[in-house]
Amino acid sequence: MALLNLHLKVWRQNGSQPGHFQDIEAPEIPDHASFLEMMDIVNERLIANGQDPIAFDHDCREGICGACSMTINGMPHGPERATTTCQLHMRKFRTGDTIWIEPFRARSFPVVKDLMVDRGAFDRIMQAGGFVSIRTGSAPEGNSIPIGKDVADAAMDAAACIGCGACVASCKNASAMLFVSAKVGQLNTLPQGQPERQRRTLGMVRQMDAEGFGNCTNQYECEAACPKEISVRWITKLNRDYAVAAVKDIVGAGRQQAGGEGGD
Amino acid sequence: MVQPLLTMSLDSKIPSGPMAEKWTRHKRDSKLINPKNKRKYSVIVVGSGLAGSAAAASLSEMGYKVKCFCFQDSARRAHSIAAQGGINAAKNYQNDGDSVHRLFYDTVKGGDFRAREANVHRLAEVSVNIIDQCVAQGVPFAREYGGGLANRSFGGAQVSRTFYARGQTGQQLLLGAYSALNKEIARGGVEMYSRTEMLDLIVVNGQTKGIVVRNLVTGKIDAHVADTVLLCTGGYGNVFFLSTNAMGCNVTATWRAHRKGAFFANPCYTQIHPTCIPVSGDYQSKLTLMSESLRNDGRVWVPKKAEDCGKNPADIPEADRDYYLERKYPSFGNLAPRDISSRAAKEACDDGRGVGPGGRGVYLDFAESIRDFGRNTIAERYGNLFDMYERITGESAYERPMRIYPAVHYTMGGLWVDYNLMSNLPGLHVLGEANFSDHGANRLGASALMQGLADGYFVIPTTVANYLVTQKPGEVTLDNPEVKKAVADAEERTKKLLSVKGKRSVDSFHRELGLLVWDKCGMARTREGLQEAIDRIPALREEFWNNVTVPGSGDAANQELEKAGRVADFMEFAELLCIDAQNREESCGGHFREEHQYPDGEAKRNDQDFSYVAAWEYSGNCSQPKLNKEPLTFEEVHLAVRSYK
Repeated sequence: MALLNLHLKVWRQNGSQPGHFQDIEAPEIPDHASFLEMMDIVNERLIANGQDPIAFDHDCREGICGACSMTINGMPHGPERATTTCQLHMRKFRTGDTIWIEPFRARSFPVVKDLMVDRGAFDRIMQAGGFVSIRTGSAPEGNSIPIGKDVADAAMDAAACIGCGACVASCKNASAMLFVSAKVGQLNTLPQGQPERQRRTLGMVRQMDAEGFGNCTNQYECEAACPKEISVRWITKLNRDYAVAAVKDIVGAGRQQAGGEGGD
Repeated sequence: MVQPLLTMSLDSKIPSGPMAEKWTRHKRDSKLINPKNKRKYSVIVVGSGLAGSAAAASLSEMGYKVKCFCFQDSARRAHSIAAQGGINAAKNYQNDGDSVHRLFYDTVKGGDFRAREANVHRLAEVSVNIIDQCVAQGVPFAREYGGGLANRSFGGAQVSRTFYARGQTGQQLLLGAYSALNKEIARGGVEMYSRTEMLDLIVVNGQTKGIVVRNLVTGKIDAHVADTVLLCTGGYGNVFFLSTNAMGCNVTATWRAHRKGAFFANPCYTQIHPTCIPVSGDYQSKLTLMSESLRNDGRVWVPKKAEDCGKNPADIPEADRDYYLERKYPSFGNLAPRDISSRAAKEACDDGRGVGPGGRGVYLDFAESIRDFGRNTIAERYGNLFDMYERITGESAYERPMRIYPAVHYTMGGLWVDYNLMSNLPGLHVLGEANFSDHGANRLGASALMQGLADGYFVIPTTVANYLVTQKPGEVTLDNPEVKKAVADAEERTKKLLSVKGKRSVDSFHRELGLLVWDKCGMARTREGLQEAIDRIPALREEFWNNVTVPGSGDAANQELEKAGRVADFMEFAELLCIDAQNREESCGGHFREEHQYPDGEAKRNDQDFSYVAAWEYSGNCSQPKLNKEPLTFEEVHLAVRSYK
């Protein structure tokens, strides 16, 4: 096992106050450590020196909870493909390296402290339609809805999203289209999601806009940054679903109005 | 301060009648609250994993006013999300002879006859409804070409009854429950509080009426009151510091409830999973599980001679390798049950023949399978696992045997509950891994997800009314003196943690405690070893309170302060864990006492003296808990030696 001597430039910020980069030396980091374990070591040393440790979100440390959210050398989750920060290991770095560590940056993800951001916008988007309205106890027998293997597999591809927000952080527009398209796409692909397809699509896209996420200009950085390799094809599908839903919404609203005026 | 207890008896409230009719009868006899009155009752749900999200969503749908709390930044990140394998259900879609009774039997036997029969039967009954519910929510379970749901087999069963969504079943089921929760949040039925951690339970006149919480962003400590509280806060595996649990998993909610009078049952039942990636250094923060399915094609071995341990495994000839599982358990070989395999790995390493850093690892070798079936076939079966292994260790398991070692994975013990999932402390309900009731001394694979969702979707919506009808809604308000006192106590404790200003970090204490508990109360336990731990823990606890350093302040985001509160509770809980392990003079499931084994190393149960649930009561001094016993009686299943031969 080799030891690495690293120079860190870490973003420090207290809530809404302006932040800055702090230079932190990180000598003798074992190359077997994960990136977050390197952060643990650095924090232990800061604490020992009476300094404030670096705040960062993390929990499962096995790449599935989606909590960790660092931009490493300008890349959300760092340089390794299909890997969350918690699964990135220090052997991917070399001794003498300077590593820039920042939070996931986006207007809709305000910084809470240091590398910790508020991704509550994602929850609010989900509340705007990311569900099938089925009450507990009212479900039909599981096998009464046959779903082809290809359909189930496609839905699972979208459902693999861990909601980390790397797609937003990687996008120059801070667009949330990859996240929203994956969530809409999962349910809109499955038969269970059809009755609410239109409501869901409009609700979630409108909430996404209300949260201040930018528009998609087909840069596809999101797919490259996604630790679960969600495909940008879901964005295409969302655009199609949204167009249909928006037209139906206008026509439907018109019909309702006409019906209302006519009255029986 | 210990609240006086109104009830001291352990009435499990198991309904009368034949086993297969108990739940039906109980549903029929349970109290109902009419829709207009339901709106007057409020429920607090702590935790947003499978049990918590499912309960919060279901109770809100029924009309109750629900508040749900989680310490994570989003309800979707609860640790249920990390479960890989699947969820059991007695659907018998495979036409292989499965039934509710068979699932019930397998679970009782798998738990080494230390679970409560009636609860397990109910679990097996509602398992089929869970699958229906999840499918309707849009959970993308694996399918067959014909469009039907697919199944796989899992340990401890001879039928295929496990439903799955790739290797991410927990994630998909949790996202399903989270979607139901979101639906209710949008409707206004649930108020969600994320980044909010429970610090204490509020008990007024012997009834559970609320919780004290800390906002993890602002640091503000305040109270929430309700007519009942549901703890869905998971297990205590992180007492060992290193485990497969998420970093935030903790015992605080259940431990604080225990200190307020709730009995803690069977804490010594802990599950050690045999196939995890070993510890590679003292900076290690957690352990990663590798699916047990790898043992289908991998052969487990260590060098025969200790001096070979440092060699490249390829340079160790066949004759110098000890395929110890195949040698000791010729009929089961590498597929020996979890607890047996874990202990055998420990023995080999204790013998000085462990491999890798620190000598705590054994080889899981795929060379023969790659030779027989080809690299592509092995890659198809386990490609994602091999990739994960390489990311973490930097080694390719195609070229070199994997190194594995057992790790703490799940805890079967938890707060004692009756058939209604209510603790002995009235008004406190406990669901999922946080309670003790369904898995006995050992949990079978794919049963944790089943229990969390069973409790949340189907059990508590029926049983909670049995308590609520005894209560006048909204009786306790925030200006109640007990509520104010609980808040003041929590503020005081936080101040105390911040004011020690000692020399050692929180993590250094947690690591030391974890190593001690792992060493003395891990895979194999002895009376003497446990005594040593019981002697040493109070001293460590005292040092913690005199020498811990928690930087920063209490009135802002402070992750060290969060950890300090959790570790302070682990320091107390660890002692109870060891006391329970020492009290239980038998080996059963995940609890292995070296004094109690058959000559072949199998666990030796003592049904005569220990066929009971050990429900520990807080006495005001965590070194002297009081033991209450709930005798286990078996009507349906005959007690037998748990053998898979």
